[in-house]
Amino acid sequence: MSIRIFVPRDSVALALGADDVVQAIRTEAARRKLALDVVRNGSRGMLWLEPLVEVQTEKGRVAYGPVSPEDVAALFDANFHHGGQHALCLGLTEELAYLKKQERLTFARVGITDPLSLDDYLAHDGFRGLRNALAMQGAAIVQQVTDSGLRGRGGAAFPTGIKWKTVLNTPASRKYIVCNADEGDSGTFSDRMLMEGDPFALIEGMTIAALAVGATMGYIYVRSEYPYSISVLNEAIAVARKAGYLGSDILNSGKPFELEVRKGAGSYVCGEETAMLESLEGKRGIVRAKPPLPAIAGLFGQPSVINNVISLASVPIILAKGASFYKDYGMGRSRGTLPFQLAGNIRQGGLIEKAFGVTLRELMYDFGGGSASGRPIKAVQVGGPLGAYLPESQWDTPLDYEAYASLWAVLGHGGIVVHDDSADMARLAHYAMKFCAIESCGKCTPCRIGATRGVEVMDKIIAGQDGPAQVELLRDLCDTMLNGSMCAMGGMTPYPVLSALNHFPMDFVAGDFVK
Amino acid sequence: MGLDYDQQQVDFIIAAQQNRPGALLPILHDIQDAFGYIPPDSVAQIASALNLSRAEVHGVITFYHHFRTTPPGRHTIRICCAEACQSMGAERLVEHAEKKLAGRKKGDCELQPVYCLGLCATSPAVMIDEKLHARVTPEKFDALLKNIGDKS
Repeated sequence: MSIRIFVPRDSVALALGADDVVQAIRTEAARRKLALDVVRNGSRGMLWLEPLVEVQTEKGRVAYGPVSPEDVAALFDANFHHGGQHALCLGLTEELAYLKKQERLTFARVGITDPLSLDDYLAHDGFRGLRNALAMQGAAIVQQVTDSGLRGRGGAAFPTGIKWKTVLNTPASRKYIVCNADEGDSGTFSDRMLMEGDPFALIEGMTIAALAVGATMGYIYVRSEYPYSISVLNEAIAVARKAGYLGSDILNSGKPFELEVRKGAGSYVCGEETAMLESLEGKRGIVRAKPPLPAIAGLFGQPSVINNVISLASVPIILAKGASFYKDYGMGRSRGTLPFQLAGNIRQGGLIEKAFGVTLRELMYDFGGGSASGRPIKAVQVGGPLGAYLPESQWDTPLDYEAYASLWAVLGHGGIVVHDDSADMARLAHYAMKFCAIESCGKCTPCRIGATRGVEVMDKIIAGQDGPAQVELLRDLCDTMLNGSMCAMGGMTPYPVLSALNHFPMDFVAGDFVK
Repeated sequence: MGLDYDQQQVDFIIAAQQNRPGALLPILHDIQDAFGYIPPDSVAQIASALNLSRAEVHGVITFYHHFRTTPPGRHTIRICCAEACQSMGAERLVEHAEKKLAGRKKGDCELQPVYCLGLCATSPAVMIDEKLHARVTPEKFDALLKNIGDKS
């Protein structure tokens, strides 16, 4: 068989020199007069092994990593292009425990296929969901999504089917599907990996949503910090349009759907759905008052489905394999899987798609192998900058929306940021307030003024000025932000602040016995 | 480095985009991509083409961190300062970078904070111009800096 080598073109692989590795492989192959085919796949999500080079063999794909350009000549000497032994050889990719223990539904193809090859996508169950959807009434599609138990993966966990039903039942001459790809949470990268590794899945999910609710236009709002995601999506949309999966007549069904990528401009609050709509309309990203719900009066005042990348990319498998297939994963009211993102101070960080119910301890130790620094793990922030810090006593709680709510924590978008014992929780609380002050849209007072006052209060606490009174003031301020803010920006900043204070009070007492 | 304001080029960019719904952000992106910043002289032109007030256009430009109204340095170095990168020493990296860049020619390298580049499992992350770099230690930073220094 001809030699097929896979080197990811995911942003992480690129940031770690994947292009240089490809160059070295091509040069070395030419020198040895070997013909080979290099596929630029998405990432498998084992990010500490990037750039992870794979070689197709008769037994399956064999992995080598992390590979640097300097390793390439020795790899060829070891006959790696036929799966030969080498110090960097990890064995068959599919047999690696990190991957084997996962339940990959939404990420089934990521890392396996060439993201821009339509043939590859079709050969791996691609567009099966769309074909099924084309044979169904809109209401039946909505029912499937409702029955699957899918809830919004952006963080709010609102049932996707109910949102779609509202849009379906709101008559309008024009409806929109808006994909929220403004993945601004620190510690999250699943949207990015999916857009870069399997963009057709998102296109298919959005097209199914359009068929379900009767929308004709879709926008993908991608943050400007993801330039590579934007270029992959644009290429994939062009390929899909050319092949008749998008355009005025989807697969000869007579139904139109157009899709366009819009670039954000570095504003975190534009991940809030109504601020995102304002931004798409060309305005400042100021949060809107609700009601009206965007499902009734959303983009340009029209009924709009707004879903996160992962929610939409999970729709094709639901339509392809049925609602009950998806619903069989998970626990309680959290059905299906969540692509968790293990990040920060962790030895084996990466993407772990698991059914709801797995615990933080399993993710951090069984998958993650403990901290990168080798020091004890102290606190874990789950759910982005607006998520709570969890102390060790909470690491055995199953990752489930309701179980986390009962801990006064959130799953959010599934980002997990690990901090070792050198972390100063008062400084992290200070940062949470500072971030809110920088990113607040300014519409409501609790967030706009509260965050700035919060920074000042934290400054005093850290400096040891009038500590107990300032801590009381901090709690009072958090109460105002929590209950008085218009959206999650100000409303959830108290989560990291108060959880840090409640679980790590020693860090908030300035004196010689701390730090 | 930024280019000088060119009315004709701005007109050309506006004409290509102005009929799209919500055209203001795409126009601002294209102008910044072309000039390196949004020349203040272009505000009135954009406002008149989109039937907005200059205040509205100014409001949008200043709301978004990405847009700038002054020419950038020859190179822009963005260091991620969000939690995941903090957990791996981003604050130390910023201090190191500030010290290193203090010795360079003014306007050569511009240091900016950024909040998440999506490389959170391979922190700290840095973006130099359009190129991403992961696991950037102070030593790796120095090597990267040397590299861009050689090319400029």
